[in-house]
Amino acid sequence: MIRTASPAFVGINSASRTPEWGSGSLTLAVKMSGDDHGDAANALRLGWVVVTPQAPTEGTAPVVALQGAAPVVARPASERATARQRRRLLRLFVGGLPLLFFLLVAVVGPIVVPYDPVTVRTGERLKPPGEVLRDGSMALLGTDQVGRDLLAQVLQGARISLLVGLSTVALAGTVGLLSGVLAGYYGGWLDAVTMRIADVQLAFPSILLAILIAGVLGPSVTNVILTLSLTRWVTFARVARAATLSTREREFVHAARALGAGDARMLGLHIVPSAIGPLVVVATVEVGLVIIAEASLSFLGLGTPSDQPSWGATIANGRAYLNTAWWISTMPGLALSLVVLAVGRFGDQVRDMLDPRALSRV
Amino acid sequence: MTTYVVRRLIFSVFVLWGALTVVFLAVRAVPGDPAQMMMGPNATAAEIDALREKLGLNRPLVVQYAAYMVQTIRLDLGESLRLAQPVVALVAERLPTTGKLALTAILIAVAVSFPLGMAAAIRPGGLLDGVVSVVSLLGQSVPGFWLGIMFILIFARSLRLLPSAGDESLAHLILPSITVALPLVGVLTRLVRSGLLDVLDEDYVRTARAKGLTPRAVMWRHAIRNMLIPVITVVGLQIGHLLGGAVITETVFAWPGVGTLLVDAITNRDYPLVQASILFITALFVTINFLVDLSYGALDPRIRLQ
Repeated sequence: MIRTASPAFVGINSASRTPEWGSGSLTLAVKMSGDDHGDAANALRLGWVVVTPQAPTEGTAPVVALQGAAPVVARPASERATARQRRRLLRLFVGGLPLLFFLLVAVVGPIVVPYDPVTVRTGERLKPPGEVLRDGSMALLGTDQVGRDLLAQVLQGARISLLVGLSTVALAGTVGLLSGVLAGYYGGWLDAVTMRIADVQLAFPSILLAILIAGVLGPSVTNVILTLSLTRWVTFARVARAATLSTREREFVHAARALGAGDARMLGLHIVPSAIGPLVVVATVEVGLVIIAEASLSFLGLGTPSDQPSWGATIANGRAYLNTAWWISTMPGLALSLVVLAVGRFGDQVRDMLDPRALSRV
Repeated sequence: MTTYVVRRLIFSVFVLWGALTVVFLAVRAVPGDPAQMMMGPNATAAEIDALREKLGLNRPLVVQYAAYMVQTIRLDLGESLRLAQPVVALVAERLPTTGKLALTAILIAVAVSFPLGMAAAIRPGGLLDGVVSVVSLLGQSVPGFWLGIMFILIFARSLRLLPSAGDESLAHLILPSITVALPLVGVLTRLVRSGLLDVLDEDYVRTARAKGLTPRAVMWRHAIRNMLIPVITVVGLQIGHLLGGAVITETVFAWPGVGTLLVDAITNRDYPLVQASILFITALFVTINFLVDLSYGALDPRIRLQ
């Protein structure tokens, strides 16, 4: 848009900007009625654009070429997925493949290779990986001290890990989101109390708290989820609070406030959505930590009950047979490490996507 | 500096109080009767009543809490239900063993992570950087207790090089301390690398280079010193994970520290011993964090003034 007080201004011959979006420069060829090109800059004001006059193009006296900083233009939607971004999305997808595989194994695996915690096959006990059993089936990962198939145990264990990992992150994430957002939004004593609790909890080795609570509650999958949620909500609360504090001061939030938005609308429409992004990053990191914590608790006999073959429990079970059957402790631990590794890699990639500043740094 | 020290001290006491309260509430939040749970299913009603009387569980919660706090301040945490000894003595006896394990692990972690992280930061994206990032990712992903078992399998059972249980000699320390150190190596290496990369981007480093200092002088006199502050903060926070890892690693290697004591106490529902173990580990952690706070207050004058 051109605003000008100059009667000499006639019109624009041509305009071009480089690059086509983002911030850049703008070149205009402006047709003037008179000869006074020197005053072109004063005569013309292109909206909020600062224009510096260039030497008039030779031979075309009435036309003045003007160049200045172009207004920032949003990239058109059709152009958004550039090659680089598509590559990054593809990388994220490829990075997520091991995780998808884990999900698939956890959901489908126990159906294909069902785990039977009751049947004892003493004739098949402590068979090494790859051994063909009497019924003609092959024990791919070997069998344990009562002849139970280890592959079936690992597959069932994947299901428990996944269940505990996702439920805990969902529960701790929800509690953390709510407490963090409310603390950050309302401030005051609510904020003070929440954050002091968080400080104390962070200054306290979280696995100790988990051991204490799980030991008191007794072994069950629900108790593990409750215990780990109780030890993990703090991280989510801190991140949600930080996001809330920075969003609260943003212009669009002030604008919404000025338009008369109530607390519910402010929180639901503006504050909470802004906290979701950072929380997703935290959540991907936390899933891995929670899976390790669950395995640790089950390893100590404080996690899942003994009829549930959680990876940690199977690893503990194999300790008594390290001399004769190395595979019992090794296999579930390998699965555990691979899953945590996959989750960690994926978490890194999600963070890089959402926070490009962190790219190649941490 | 004095105000800073006093403020950190008050916070440490506050944390200890919080930990005490959490332990107090957790033991009493048991669904059902704590005395019944501690005695197990075979106890008679009279035995349970006696224990309830002994632990003061009949009194109102507030009175119990006040008595508990007074006892704690006097370091009189009662007797172990199974071992019939004062729990404070039991824990104090084990504390140096855990301290030895934790300290060795920290030393190993620092000795390994700093050279690795620095080497990776000197040429980001290089071969060494790639290797370091894989190693640190592994260090953070592989659960310590399983790694300990694998170490036993390889170095104790197959190669018969190192002992797998106990704390009699220096050789006994090797496998457990490496197991405890590895997750910290993972975190610390990443941190040293990213911290150094950030610092090397700073103007004062460019100035130092421009005035003709050798790369070695720039590194040691300017970059590393400034990289230390965030790294030390995180080391302090990671000590908590390290102590938690030590608790579990101790049970893997039958290391006779507070960790094995705690896990045994939990399994036996010996709550006075549980309380004392957790209190001491938290106290150890809070003390280390306090020292870390002091050290970076000394390193960075800006922190003292805040």
